[in-house]
Amino acid sequence: MKGQRSILYLSLLSALLLGAFTASGAYTFVAAHGTSYLSNDPAVCVNCHIMQGQYDGWSHGSHHAAATCNDCHLPHDNVVHKFFVKAMNGYHHSKAFTTMGFPEPIRIKAGSAEVLEANCIHCHGDMVQELTAHGTLGVPTDPTRKADLHGCVRCHAEVGHGARR
Amino acid sequence: MTNNPNPLASKPVLKLALVAVGAGLATVLVLALNANISARKREGRQTSFRVVELNERTVDPAEWGKNFPRQYDAYRRTIENYGTRYGGAGSEGAPISKLEKDPRLLTIFDGYAFSLEYNQRRGHAYMLDDQHNTKRVTQRPQPGSCLHCHTSNTVAYRELGLKGGAPGTLQEAFDSANGQNQLMAGFEAMCKLPYGEAARLVQHPVACIDCHDPEGMQLRVTKPGFIRGIAALARSAEPVPHLPSIEKWRKGDRKADYNANRDASRQELRSFVCGQCHVEYYCGPKTTLFFPWDKGLKVEQIEDVYDHYKFPDGHRFYDWKHPRTGAEVLKAQHPEFETWSQGIHARSGVSCADCHMPYVREGALKISDHHVQSPLRNISRACLTCHRFPEEEMQARVEAIQERTHNMLLRAEDAVVALINDLEAAKKGGLDEAKLAPVLEYQRKAQWRVDFVNAENSMGFHAPQETMRVLGEAIDVARQGQLALRDLQQGRKP
Repeated sequence: MKGQRSILYLSLLSALLLGAFTASGAYTFVAAHGTSYLSNDPAVCVNCHIMQGQYDGWSHGSHHAAATCNDCHLPHDNVVHKFFVKAMNGYHHSKAFTTMGFPEPIRIKAGSAEVLEANCIHCHGDMVQELTAHGTLGVPTDPTRKADLHGCVRCHAEVGHGARR
Repeated sequence: MTNNPNPLASKPVLKLALVAVGAGLATVLVLALNANISARKREGRQTSFRVVELNERTVDPAEWGKNFPRQYDAYRRTIENYGTRYGGAGSEGAPISKLEKDPRLLTIFDGYAFSLEYNQRRGHAYMLDDQHNTKRVTQRPQPGSCLHCHTSNTVAYRELGLKGGAPGTLQEAFDSANGQNQLMAGFEAMCKLPYGEAARLVQHPVACIDCHDPEGMQLRVTKPGFIRGIAALARSAEPVPHLPSIEKWRKGDRKADYNANRDASRQELRSFVCGQCHVEYYCGPKTTLFFPWDKGLKVEQIEDVYDHYKFPDGHRFYDWKHPRTGAEVLKAQHPEFETWSQGIHARSGVSCADCHMPYVREGALKISDHHVQSPLRNISRACLTCHRFPEEEMQARVEAIQERTHNMLLRAEDAVVALINDLEAAKKGGLDEAKLAPVLEYQRKAQWRVDFVNAENSMGFHAPQETMRVLGEAIDVARQGQLALRDLQQGRKP
């Protein structure tokens, strides 16, 4: 019957297109090194060469032997929080690098800056606990604005990615 | 057929059709994403295209632009007109006359070509045309020296040198002994030609070949004035901590002259290539163009070189004799490199290109922005890499510095004009010229300092404190001149 034949054809077409979608999705995933993002390797962050400057700076910086990208930029408190932040960062990075709609030089988001500062304290807390006992140093210069950088990295800006030039 | 409450959704054909269409769209989107990812990867790998072969004879920047289209496009954008508060020719068609905006300059430059026409600067693209058309060239005879900076002349110099008998061929490497000989010989020959004749030998404003090696694209210096000038600076005793390769050369045996192309670091070259032209220099008919850096880069050190320099006719160096006073005065030309050298940015290793050609991201490529312009036009890229503050705050800081400098500059010009007027009145009043001579020295010193700042294009920003020092001295010297004149007129010992 006509109805049944069109169902057959449409089923075949749907299956074909779904297959095409799955296959091209898998291909794109592999071509973009999708599984690498589950690892801890700093070289993964340079899949997008726009991060080459930060990678090079870190390579020559003071924390090269002590911390990887994830150690500073992802929370250490619990695994769910860590992967949530990793996923959010990944989403934002992918969107930005695809649409190229971000200002230069790239600037850390407020939420990420908080994660970063918590990590400074995570490792160096014993040394700085008197300084941070009454709150961290994160006070913006202009009270009507959100600070671009607050806390530790306002002065210790070079410990992560090395010298600014 | 039974009654169907929801006719559309229950039809299996339509459901399947929706699935098919949805899957089709999703596939298209995924493929688009894949294409984008591939494009970014490709951009990361291939940063230039070898469409044409470039060599030491390729002067036309359009040829270089075939291999480096992004840099070339940005370079061409210097044709855009813009104005900042204290600089730039403005976005109107007609050039802004500095003489109209500040009539004190007519008094200060009286008797010199700069009193004929002196306009706000335009972008690099105009450098040759503006030079051809300025009244300073059309209404006054000028030598071919002027073309040292305003045109792409490495090949023209070498050809002229070869014509004059220098050994070798144009095929030899630029930094070979013969190549350099040809360059210097042609440079000296062109400086002697009248402007019109020399201008026929060149075609383009400063272009790629003047700063880049055509084989490997590395930065290099090609202008003879700079090559000699930086060697002279290296030989001097003036400390230059912001140029570590010179300090290193000084500690060596000094058998060979300092050679920026051999000795300087890449970061230093990012300032040297601009320092080929954005400098104080002698440009006139009496001798070959030179950079007065034998004693250092400060205003008084350059003045010292000029004060002790004798032209071939034995006369002390001067640029022109002021018609109202008879003083032999100096003209300063855009001493950006010298001024920058005194500031904190130079000392901190920030080069000219870091602010005026900041890195720009195009796709996945990061290249130097060849649209050379005021950093105020892209504060984010020029300043915020190092100064993590909002753009408005950086701009406010710059404008505060420039406004203070500008006010002090006007005050200093007033002082110099007052001295000139007093001297003119004294001359008219019949005061003996021989007695006047020491007072004329005050005018020479004061005018030189005022002009050093006036001609500099940052309105103090390159070295704010040094600029204020120079203006302070200018005011002091001008007023001392007035006091000395008064003492003279009243019979007191000055």
